[in-house]
Amino acid sequence: MSYLAVEDLSISFGGIRAVDHVSFDVEEGEVFAIIGPNGAGKTTLFNLVSGIYFPDGGSVRFAGRDITSLPAHRIAPLGLARTFQNIELFEHATVLQNLLIGRHVHRRSSALSHLLFLPAVRREELEHRRRVEDVIDLLELAHYREQRIANLPYGVRKVVEVGRALCLEPKLLLLDEPTAGLNPEESEDMGFWIEDINRDLGVTVVMVAHDMGLVSRVAGRVLALNEGRVIAEGSPADVQKNPAVVDAYLGAD
Amino acid sequence: MRFLFKTHYNQDIDHFKHGGDRFWYGLLLVLAAAAPAALGTFYLGELNLVMIYAIAGVGLMLLVGYTGQVSLGHAAFLAIGAYTHSLLLGAGLPFLLSIVAAVLVSALVGAGVGWIALRMTGIYLAIATLAFAMLTEQTISRAEWLTGGFRGLAVPQPSLFGMPLTQGWQRYYLTLALLVVTLFAALNILRSSTGRAMVAIRDSEISAESVGINLAVYKTFAFALSAGITGLAGALFAHRLGYLSPDAFTFLISLQLLLMVVVGGVGSMRGVIYGALFIGFLPQLLAIARDTLPPQIAQAPGLEPGIFGLILVLVILFEPQGIFGRWLKIKSYFQLFPLYRGATHRRQKTYLRTERLR
Repeated sequence: MSYLAVEDLSISFGGIRAVDHVSFDVEEGEVFAIIGPNGAGKTTLFNLVSGIYFPDGGSVRFAGRDITSLPAHRIAPLGLARTFQNIELFEHATVLQNLLIGRHVHRRSSALSHLLFLPAVRREELEHRRRVEDVIDLLELAHYREQRIANLPYGVRKVVEVGRALCLEPKLLLLDEPTAGLNPEESEDMGFWIEDINRDLGVTVVMVAHDMGLVSRVAGRVLALNEGRVIAEGSPADVQKNPAVVDAYLGAD
Repeated sequence: MRFLFKTHYNQDIDHFKHGGDRFWYGLLLVLAAAAPAALGTFYLGELNLVMIYAIAGVGLMLLVGYTGQVSLGHAAFLAIGAYTHSLLLGAGLPFLLSIVAAVLVSALVGAGVGWIALRMTGIYLAIATLAFAMLTEQTISRAEWLTGGFRGLAVPQPSLFGMPLTQGWQRYYLTLALLVVTLFAALNILRSSTGRAMVAIRDSEISAESVGINLAVYKTFAFALSAGITGLAGALFAHRLGYLSPDAFTFLISLQLLLMVVVGGVGSMRGVIYGALFIGFLPQLLAIARDTLPPQIAQAPGLEPGIFGLILVLVILFEPQGIFGRWLKIKSYFQLFPLYRGATHRRQKTYLRTERLR
């Protein structure tokens, strides 16, 4: 049984089949990339896996558990974190607060004890903070710790979002276009971090990407989508040479 | 400009960040405690009212400023707190128990409203809460067997541990103590994971869900907490009124409460206090202004709500961060002098957001 098993997944919006009978398996510990031209259904696929949309048919299994019909807030505690293509941070909070919010699934105390801020709550807060500082060290965010998201440049926000996902201490990380809009240097850093996250933290990564350079560097296997359907699957080099993929990107002659 | 050298994470958790904070807030508390000695009965009473508004404001701020759920119906929770407290006090319950019961009943009703209003956001939520306030007002005026309707309900004299609280200064200290407790409770919530979850919902529901925050639970909780605190203010407000009738809890009160939060500064607890001072003393200013205005204007019906509405609009247009935001700007002007630039606090355009997912 694979770690993340997507089987026969479909969803339609009106008359459009955004995801059409898509199946794939991700093994524990690998970096898996999903590519495809605009409108291929990559982000929709992510939204289906992470519980923001519910599919019309098919199933998603994660670590042996059926998560097809679980809502997003029940999937996150299982160890599945994600980022968003267009950055969904908490704009009016600081970087530190954003990362601490990422620790939500690890809270142990009740709202009532928060009212009184009992000593146990303080101990818990300190523990959260230590874990958050580990992420800040890893992603080199110390400089921005106290800044509000609204004042940060785009590139840093992208990193903060990955950081927030890491604060969940996920087993599986879904990255939706981690390098979109980044300059070459920032993209390269992001590539290194994805490798670190995968190798050193042992997190399985599934990412949507357009940047084939990044994909061939970090991903072990690639799935190519077009118009909601799987058109190729395999190693980055093979998929890039696949005639169906070339057609999808450049148009068939 | 003060630079803090942080050596422990506790420094980020503590309410008071440095010695200066401790000194100034301590001084404020001493001044507040000394006020009965310095002020006459009238102004002490007004200050008491300001603090009652501030308690209600803390409740509303948690909901509007930190969870992002607008309510135009908080007068209803004020009324529920006031009536529950008066009725239970009249039935012979001790003062403190009766206050606790008023808080719990308001919180319960608030949870109900919050749960029903889960699917609504923004203007629709405001309308729904407004409707709820109307409904409450009507219910109170019709349920004569319980509330006395428009004939009114006399509020029994409060007494604490056998000591009757009849003097102005006694009530002032009671309100002050409860305001301090409320503020600490609210700030405690805000520095824990519950408060962060509320902020997360305010800023992005979709990513709040994705980090495991149950929107339904936290929105309902925020409503309950807010309503409970407002109910506490209602119980104190009942003693201030002395005689309850439904027309003490009209739409104008809801508007005033919202005005307090917005004028004070959305998303800050200090703003609540500024807003409460503003709301508390504005009617006095209006009364003074009335004497100098021509009678056609001064006697015009609806002058007060009109001015409240106008101020609300002007503040939202020109100083969305309210008095607190203005204070921050003035402070940073002097801290950075002469390097302050007008653009420092300009609101930034937001980047693309994934709103289409909803």
